[in-house]
Amino acid sequence: MAERNDARSANGSVKGSFKVKAGLAQMLKGGVIMDVVTAEHARIAQDAGACAVMALERVPADIRKEGGVARMSDPDLIKSIMAAVTIPVMAKCRIGHFVEAQILEALGIDYIDESEVLTPADEENHIDKHPFKVPFVCGCRDLGEAARRISEGAAMIRTKGEAGTGNVVEAVRHARAVNAGIRKLQGMNHAELVREAKQIGAPVEVLAECQKLGRLPVVNFAAGGIATPADAALMMQLGVDGVFVGSGIFKSEDPLKRARAIVAATTFYDQPEKLAEVSAGLGEAMRGLEIPAIPKDELLAARGW
Amino acid sequence: MEKHQTLIGVLAMQGAFAEHVKALEKAGARTRLVRTREDLAGLDGIVLPGGESTTMTMLMERVGLLEPLREAIEHGLATLATCAGMIVLARDVTDGMPEQHGLGVLDIGVRRNGYGRQVDSFEAPLDIDGLDGKTFPGVFIRAPLVERTGDVQVIASYDDHPVAVRQGRILALCFHPELSGDQRLHREFVRMAGMDGTQA
Repeated sequence: MAERNDARSANGSVKGSFKVKAGLAQMLKGGVIMDVVTAEHARIAQDAGACAVMALERVPADIRKEGGVARMSDPDLIKSIMAAVTIPVMAKCRIGHFVEAQILEALGIDYIDESEVLTPADEENHIDKHPFKVPFVCGCRDLGEAARRISEGAAMIRTKGEAGTGNVVEAVRHARAVNAGIRKLQGMNHAELVREAKQIGAPVEVLAECQKLGRLPVVNFAAGGIATPADAALMMQLGVDGVFVGSGIFKSEDPLKRARAIVAATTFYDQPEKLAEVSAGLGEAMRGLEIPAIPKDELLAARGW
Repeated sequence: MEKHQTLIGVLAMQGAFAEHVKALEKAGARTRLVRTREDLAGLDGIVLPGGESTTMTMLMERVGLLEPLREAIEHGLATLATCAGMIVLARDVTDGMPEQHGLGVLDIGVRRNGYGRQVDSFEAPLDIDGLDGKTFPGVFIRAPLVERTGDVQVIASYDDHPVAVRQGRILALCFHPELSGDQRLHREFVRMAGMDGTQA
């Protein structure tokens, strides 16, 4: 993996290497990253056991409802959330908008999500993420898309799902697609790997690494539509390393209770008795949307390539 | 004096526990993920991994693991703590959540994220007492800063602050040997855990 930004100091230390960028994602594993729109939300998320928060002006469900161009959040809002909690704070920039990313880096944000939930700024190019000291997480729908993002320097991947729907079906589709893509590589020789790389538009080096490891070479979370503890555990059993929960928490009846339950379900994802216990009495989940009810050009997962 | 293959538990509430499992197995130990108090039975040692200390502490409290774990460590269970694990063990924590009560069994004071935010995370070569002279690749990620040490032995420092300390059968590190690809500290810990507690 290219590390173009390594500045070795006198005592031999180096900041912003790919190892420390991917390493933070490794520390987030088995955890829940929650969307928050205020400092108060951020504190609730932290109290519930979130391993990080995503600072936003509007949760995806509201972005979907209100329409218009969705952009990076106001730095004042991001700073107020960074000041409110001690866990890592992430923020979103538009696909291809490397200046929004530069601004987020200057704010000292811990992770940047180059996200399809915001309106893309570039329909052809994603951000070259290697020169940044701050790590990036990017969405994917299948192995090819994940491999392209990793090649651009993403230190963490999340399956896209369909954000703001409270419907887990797309998250399941994308997680299964990544798994199937990796399973397909097993037993291929190098020539076959090159052909597969061409077929799915993926760099062969990244595929070779996936083949060797039997998984993505970086941490992979699930996102987009997770609304219940059972949803979180389902994604964990499908093999992801952790979950993002966006609208699912603060659009529900009792956010703190639901957030705590989703955190517990992510740790005890393979223990049905525990899941039954934490799923009880949570009040109403977010209303949710059927995917076919969404006009095709309003599907967020189709943004990016 | 190994009577059997050493069994090391890895606390698996949240964080980089899989990386420790891999490193421990390469170092010759058997491993067990620890998520309930029952999982503590029969362990020779335990690893408290990196992750979010608030999340880990909260989950341990919720499932009733915090007190049994504290007792086990106080009774001599060999313990390797990295990064967040060190925070969970520390007696004093600055910049933690107000209600964050960890295990409090290690006589040090730490400041959470004391080296700065993620953009300040770094790698640095470390000289560690008791290792074979070659430097150890230190990987520091939103690392805690050790601001005070009491009755502990400092075995490595970086920029005038302790980054590795030992107290009886506890080995606590600000950095992540499980991400470094270097198994020397895991081997040393497995060796320590394999010895009878009374001999340590």
